[in-house]
Amino acid sequence: MGEEKIVGKPVLRKEGVAKVRGRAQYVDDLTLPGMLHGATVRSSIARGRILGIEFGAGIPWEEFVIVTATDIPGANEIALINHDWPCLAGEAVNHPEEAILLLAHPDRHLLPKAVAAVRVTYEEWPAVFSIEESERRDPIVWGEDNIFKAFLMEKGDVDAVWSQADHIIEGEYTTGAQEHLYIENNGAIAVYSADDGLTVWGSLQCPFYVHKSLVKMTGLPEEKVRIVQVETGGAFGGKEDYPSMIGAHAALLAMKSGKPVKIIYDRAEDMAATTKRHPSRIRHRTAVTREGKLLGAEIEIALDGGAYSTLSSTVLSRATIHAGGAYFWPNIRVRSKAFATNYPPYGAFRGFGAPQSLFAIERHMDHIAEELGIAPDELRRRNFLQPGQETTTGQRIQEDINLDQLMGRALAESDYHAKRERFARENTGPGMKKKGIGLAAFLHGSGFTGSGERYLNSLAAMDVTTEGKARVLVSSTEFGQGTNTILCQIAAESLGVDYDAVEMGPPDTSVVPNTGPTVASRTSMVVGKLVHSAGVGLKKTLVASGLLREAYTTEDFVTAARTYVAQYGALRSESRYEAPPGVHWDDQKYRGEAYAAYAWAVYVAEVTVDLATCGVNVDDFVAVQEVGRVLNPVLATGQIEGGVAQGIGWALYEKVMWNRGRMQNNQMTNYIIPTSQDIPPIRVFFEERPFGHGAYGAKGIGELPMDGPAPAILNAIAHATGRQFDSVPLLPEDIFRQIAVREPEREVVAL
Amino acid sequence: MSLEHYELHVNGTLYKVATHPMARLLDVLRYELQLTGTKEGCGEGECGACSVLLNGELVNSCLVPVAQADGAEIETVEGLGADERLHAVQRAFLECGGAQCGMCTPGMLVASAHLLKKNPRPDLAEIREGLNGNLCRCTGYMRIFEAVERAVSGADEVRG
Repeated sequence: MGEEKIVGKPVLRKEGVAKVRGRAQYVDDLTLPGMLHGATVRSSIARGRILGIEFGAGIPWEEFVIVTATDIPGANEIALINHDWPCLAGEAVNHPEEAILLLAHPDRHLLPKAVAAVRVTYEEWPAVFSIEESERRDPIVWGEDNIFKAFLMEKGDVDAVWSQADHIIEGEYTTGAQEHLYIENNGAIAVYSADDGLTVWGSLQCPFYVHKSLVKMTGLPEEKVRIVQVETGGAFGGKEDYPSMIGAHAALLAMKSGKPVKIIYDRAEDMAATTKRHPSRIRHRTAVTREGKLLGAEIEIALDGGAYSTLSSTVLSRATIHAGGAYFWPNIRVRSKAFATNYPPYGAFRGFGAPQSLFAIERHMDHIAEELGIAPDELRRRNFLQPGQETTTGQRIQEDINLDQLMGRALAESDYHAKRERFARENTGPGMKKKGIGLAAFLHGSGFTGSGERYLNSLAAMDVTTEGKARVLVSSTEFGQGTNTILCQIAAESLGVDYDAVEMGPPDTSVVPNTGPTVASRTSMVVGKLVHSAGVGLKKTLVASGLLREAYTTEDFVTAARTYVAQYGALRSESRYEAPPGVHWDDQKYRGEAYAAYAWAVYVAEVTVDLATCGVNVDDFVAVQEVGRVLNPVLATGQIEGGVAQGIGWALYEKVMWNRGRMQNNQMTNYIIPTSQDIPPIRVFFEERPFGHGAYGAKGIGELPMDGPAPAILNAIAHATGRQFDSVPLLPEDIFRQIAVREPEREVVAL
Repeated sequence: MSLEHYELHVNGTLYKVATHPMARLLDVLRYELQLTGTKEGCGEGECGACSVLLNGELVNSCLVPVAQADGAEIETVEGLGADERLHAVQRAFLECGGAQCGMCTPGMLVASAHLLKKNPRPDLAEIREGLNGNLCRCTGYMRIFEAVERAVSGADEVRG
């Protein structure tokens, strides 16, 4: 570590100048000749049979291209894991805002009127709007039992621990839906001709997911479907699954009309219709000794998956594996289920099930600490996973982790102990403003779960341009998190050339190999490693050709590469994924190496709760983490800060209001995300422990910061108020309700 | 609806457009003048991605009918600096990591430059207040605050 010239340095964002000049081209910035605009007619009910579709008066319908499910040439399916998510509703609808019919017209101003003039009549069926209703099968709305997926994960003998326990502590924790609220809404443009096939440009994370889905939906051969990611204005998981839907819709309109078609959602449509974070209900029952040693746990996870299965089974898998947190459990049983309801389908969102599980365990640890009279930090220290111990899946920790040290640094940077003691003392005074400090310790698995990376079998490549510039060819996409920059840093380092001598190839499925999706905190660690190997291969070829000496400058490299291409036509090097040694996974028993590596963190939040308004202000936030090697300190810090801000939003502001499955506050006006005045100073610290099998020691980073803020903040609120809140989002009215109910005399004061 | 003629001085260039009086300034900039640097995030004046200066005032161009902008001086992100000579806030956003996905960036830059023009030495509280009409979902704002602070100190160095 430390010998590298480019890795580890704050080099400038590759596409940064284009972004600060306003020149970066997002999908709505593109216009094609003869382009039509598309719009979607959606279900107004949660569940029922479509009886008829009428086209109302006053609209020149003959000018419109109209697409229904019967126009779909191939499978009426968004291809993800199962086959239940239709591209357009056929006979029945299963959630509000489900797409039923598509319209296209050259004048985009005519479209909202046309959409409003389409009248769909239904026979309404009973629907399910909670996990509890779904559990009761009241009624059955999906499959035979409303269950998308269930897991049972066991270690040791949990049934034997209850009699040995000094304390048995139970808790129930719930989390709400969360909207991604990327600043750029979903959008796509499609062009089709019989000769050239189908091309879709879109705001998206995973070009090959969209490719797979559109091949299936169109019935076209693979080589006749081309997906191109354009500059993407934020995603956070929200553009992992849904672009296959909007891309399919644009494609259907383009195929029917023979013209380019652009569909851009406005904010209201994007918020109401697209996927969100899974709501959860998690129950813990823990056996513990009076000294605070965890003996065993029974954990029951229920996720609301919405109307179709989308990615719920994999979200549930990550939630299950992360359920026990960063602790050693000699005995544990986790039962988990993802339930069908009649909300729009929930999907991928940064953290992917882990934030829900970690919220529950980290609130629960504070409850245990409270009951035992042990300090929250001390209880955690007594149970932290240590190198050589086995996780809940039986994975032996091979990494040189030191969670005590992370904790120590987080406590020192936040002045935790002094503040904990001072706030407790001051809070007994008559003032209405109470202060609290709380922490959360957690882990996040890097990359796909279990055998996922093996199945992906990712391929990365590098080649050189005719000018002698090295090019990174991957399907990994940039949507703000820094993919372009990080991968070019790795490539430049492996080639031994300047950062400016490397560029990214186009994220176009007709050009780049399938490096897998840009999700699961896998890009730096997994794809980065492949890019590194491809770079080494490229260099070796050039040296072996005699065009490049062993010691060379960037200029020598460029000259040699240019000459090689001129002489031999092309220079390309590929690298395919190989699992790190010792990584084995049993999908049936849910045992083994769940992840090749984990990121680890301890976060501390300091809050003020105003008992007069029940408002909560986060005053300070310390985020200490170990993510392996930090490849670019500015980008890495930005990832942590941005994730913490989203976590603060999830904890305190972002509440989706529902009415019979339909989002009621689908506007930025009343779905509130943190502004520049809501965010505390976020102080970010890295412990760097290079991971041997990641690129230059990197592990995953992107999702980790979503996990810690909510439990740390609610633990701080408990410290400030002496009240226990076990549900997020926690809005002032929620705090007021509990204070008013439990302590009537304070209600008078608060009113 | 009949088309009306309007004159807009955008980034120092005079544009004549024929459009509906209630057309949003945002749409005129993006689709009539092909100045697509100005972005739409919400269409209701909440997110600030469409921020531009209208006669020196910071406005959400999604809320301005073009009729109200007739004859006005308009400044957009495209008018801030040039490739070879970035504006101090552009340079600072680049160096400090103030731009991630880039969608809030044009509006955030226009708002930041406007803030520094009104108040050349804002403290952190003033920066937070000055940017509170511009939402960012990527950065958590810390890198943006640092960038504005760096733009201030950079300007100080230039002044010597």
